[in-house]
Amino acid sequence: MAHAYTPGLKVSPWMTHRIRRILPIAGDVKVSVGDTVAATDVVAETFMPGNVAPLNIANLLSMPPADIPDCMLKQIGDPVAVDELLAETKGIFGFFKANCRSRTAGTIETISEVTGQVIIRGEPLPVQVSAYVAGEVVEVLEGEGVVIESDVAFVQGIFGIGGETVGPVVMACESPETELTPDRITDEMAGKVVIGGGRMTGEAVARAIEVGCSAVISGGLDDADLREILGYDLGVAITGSETIGLTLVVTEGFGEIAMAERTHRLLAELVGHEASVNGTTQIRAGVMRPEIVIPRADDRPADQADTDRVAGHLEVGASVRVIRDPYFGVLGTVTDLPAEPQTLGSESRARVLCVETNAGETVTVPRANVELIEE
Amino acid sequence: MTTPDTTSPIDNTAATGLDPSSINVILATDCGSTTTKAILIEKVDGEFRQTFRGEAPTTVEQPAADVTMGVVNSVTEVSELAGRRLIGDDGQVIRPATDTQGCDIYISTSSAGGGLQMMVAGVIREMTAASAKRAALGAGAIVMDTIATNDKRLPHEQIQRIRELRPDMILISGGTDGGTTQHVVQIAEMVAPAKPQPRFGSEYRMPVIFAGNVDARQGITDTFDDSVELSLVDNLRPTMERENLAPARDAIHDLFLEHVMAHAPGYDKLISWTDAPIMPTPGAVGNILQQIAQQREVNAVGVDIGGATTDVFSVFDGTFNRTVSANLGMSYSISNVCAEATLPSILRWMPLDMDERELRNRVKNKMIRPTTIPQTLESLLFEQAVAREALRLAYVQHKDFATTLKGVQQQRTVGDTFSQQQSGQTIVNNMTLDLLVASGGVLSHAPRMAQTAAMLVDAFQPEGITTLAKDSIFMMPHLGVLSQVLPEAAVQVFERDCLVYLGTCIAPAGLGKPGKTCFQYEITGDGITESGEVTFGELKLLKMADGVTATAVIEPAKGFDAGEGPGKRIESEIRGGTVGILLDGRGRPLVLPEDRDACRQAVVAWNQVQGLAELN
Repeated sequence: MAHAYTPGLKVSPWMTHRIRRILPIAGDVKVSVGDTVAATDVVAETFMPGNVAPLNIANLLSMPPADIPDCMLKQIGDPVAVDELLAETKGIFGFFKANCRSRTAGTIETISEVTGQVIIRGEPLPVQVSAYVAGEVVEVLEGEGVVIESDVAFVQGIFGIGGETVGPVVMACESPETELTPDRITDEMAGKVVIGGGRMTGEAVARAIEVGCSAVISGGLDDADLREILGYDLGVAITGSETIGLTLVVTEGFGEIAMAERTHRLLAELVGHEASVNGTTQIRAGVMRPEIVIPRADDRPADQADTDRVAGHLEVGASVRVIRDPYFGVLGTVTDLPAEPQTLGSESRARVLCVETNAGETVTVPRANVELIEE
Repeated sequence: MTTPDTTSPIDNTAATGLDPSSINVILATDCGSTTTKAILIEKVDGEFRQTFRGEAPTTVEQPAADVTMGVVNSVTEVSELAGRRLIGDDGQVIRPATDTQGCDIYISTSSAGGGLQMMVAGVIREMTAASAKRAALGAGAIVMDTIATNDKRLPHEQIQRIRELRPDMILISGGTDGGTTQHVVQIAEMVAPAKPQPRFGSEYRMPVIFAGNVDARQGITDTFDDSVELSLVDNLRPTMERENLAPARDAIHDLFLEHVMAHAPGYDKLISWTDAPIMPTPGAVGNILQQIAQQREVNAVGVDIGGATTDVFSVFDGTFNRTVSANLGMSYSISNVCAEATLPSILRWMPLDMDERELRNRVKNKMIRPTTIPQTLESLLFEQAVAREALRLAYVQHKDFATTLKGVQQQRTVGDTFSQQQSGQTIVNNMTLDLLVASGGVLSHAPRMAQTAAMLVDAFQPEGITTLAKDSIFMMPHLGVLSQVLPEAAVQVFERDCLVYLGTCIAPAGLGKPGKTCFQYEITGDGITESGEVTFGELKLLKMADGVTATAVIEPAKGFDAGEGPGKRIESEIRGGTVGILLDGRGRPLVLPEDRDACRQAVVAWNQVQGLAELN
């Protein structure tokens, strides 16, 4: 049977993987070049300026903004605690004073004579960056972060939900066609990266969340189930910030579709290895696809150079899979590549190719609707 | 009447120092997110005509990371087709033109890298903030968020939002000249501590434009530190009754070139090649539509539906408006159209029954593999049904945005007692719409022109008499930037080569009973004499070729309005096209039967009359 993946999507048993782990703003790098780091190790950290809370003292004290500096008991740069007195009017002969207390803790950043507004900056917010993928630190970007290198097996999915997570690989489906159903999720899979086969059902995902799996990876998913899992209808494919309790990666597409056999076999070979999984997907300019990165502790065989995608072009004899109706998911071999555009059933004209399916039927499909697969 | 800014489209003829009479060959490119399109415009028998076109992938992203490579590739294709050498040995565009090589001017637009993304802020959401949004959209930007003191968010929520956004620049407005400065400075006090980070480069200082109350300038300057690049321009709302968007729009264009484009890969080179400033693509499209509407004295609506977004442009009584519906599109955003419109609303346009579960999966598969194309008729009709809803929703958003100025004091007389109108009414009036122009893949590449016309009519529901057209090869951006430097050439090419006329839609507004008379018609002209009656719910299509004009006399039934008032006769000149004259008696607003079977039967009947598809 053929093994499929979309052109541009990587599926590689061995590759040298480099990842930049960068802080959003300048900070401290906690490791050095040559250090070996685990996926969960913190490699850099910093403090973001705290959240700011505006307080319009002029309104609260019913004073003209220009008079506010005279009423302030705290000045720019002073720390304040919750409920601490910030400003007070002089009152009448020292009586009937009005005052104003801070609602948040922090430091006074500005006092405006124009608006009477005081800005209080909260405590700095710690930001930590973990290694995410175990490996060796090969470069330190001073004040920014690090580059980590490792020999890994690498699989890119087509669509995912949820952010970065880590866990050992465990198989739930013995074949790439097998549907991932809830009975295949066991209590022992808590904290693990569960590999399914064909479509993952909504019930299976619910069970995986209940058990506490780190991630679930399978060939397909029904959109109706996705809506159930998320609680809303996903509009655009910009994901990664969901907090559903685990990370999901779909390797092939929506509906009843088997995982590419090559992908399934590769993941099965790596059962027990720790996988770093990220469901973040952005299908726009600067496309991002979800990924499964599995660092390999074993020595790389001499014949295993970096292989990361299907080489070659569409040509007669190439194996392809159709990725759009009416033949969605069909596997076959290219038998002809007519040069001239042809009229489709939709009456549009497009460049096409002829495919002899694995069932022995010959079908004609637009070239835009197939992906190359590897024997 | 008080209306928003009506400044003319930009005219840089003098600024570029070009002598229009000496220009014979023009090269124009549009660097889009996916492809770079080049066109050649040449003087043929004394008139400018678009002669050749080339296309190549845009090369902004890795591994090329130099936009000029895509430009050179697309221009090379034009060069080969035209037999005219356009790229010299130094890799640059050859100028000036001779008989066999080069061009006299080279111009370009760009939306690569996601276009221009802005955040705008104003004091009151419906007033100065709305004006700021209009200025940003008119300049061709995507507005990521609008901050205002009354946007129902708490100050700390506003600051948090500003911190999360990564715009290319920020436009702050607020207050009328001479008015209070306090609230304006307060807005700046929200933006300054948030320290918004730009999208490109750490060495890049966030450009902030202040176009509010002139008296607040000192306060604004004091509020910001050196981490931003502050520009002060004339107030975009100097009085409540007047908008003055041009200075803010010009500042946006300048900063777009100086900062945003300068940080995009290869743009420094491209800027040095062009003979006029590079414009954001949607800004250029708006420019040409304004130019045409102004010259023909018509009201026009243009739409460009893409994979991710839908842009709607309108010019009514000289007032230009543009909106971007950021997540209404046909590939990346197709799933969002289904979520917003709901699947039943889309399926009402389908003449066939389809399985909902399978459809939902198909929609998501299109979203994750956006380059696939419909192979079957069923698949095509479904995409066209989605397009109708995407266009309808985008037009609703446009109508809500394109309004008269809000917050204006109105003087009323006793005569107004029974016809009091609030300020902020939409200025988009389908009854006075003269020209509706379509562009974007699903509209431009529909296998049958009748399908394009049907999508336009069903989604926009034009009323009265409206000419329908489509942009032949999406050259409106090129012509928009050309209209800056050579308006005459832009208009000539627009008229002769850009537009493909589909025909005219005649659709009286009003509702009636099925089978009862909606209107009577009499159409006489060169080779055409037709008369008859259209009943309510009925559609008729009369063939009338492109270039043919005729006189149409419409007698609406009682309760129907074709432009002169309910039941009143109207006589007008109409234009034929590749589709013809659509006599639409379905009423306005267009209401489809709620019962699924009745709805399908109606859609099948309309499909048959218009010849949209051969259904088995």
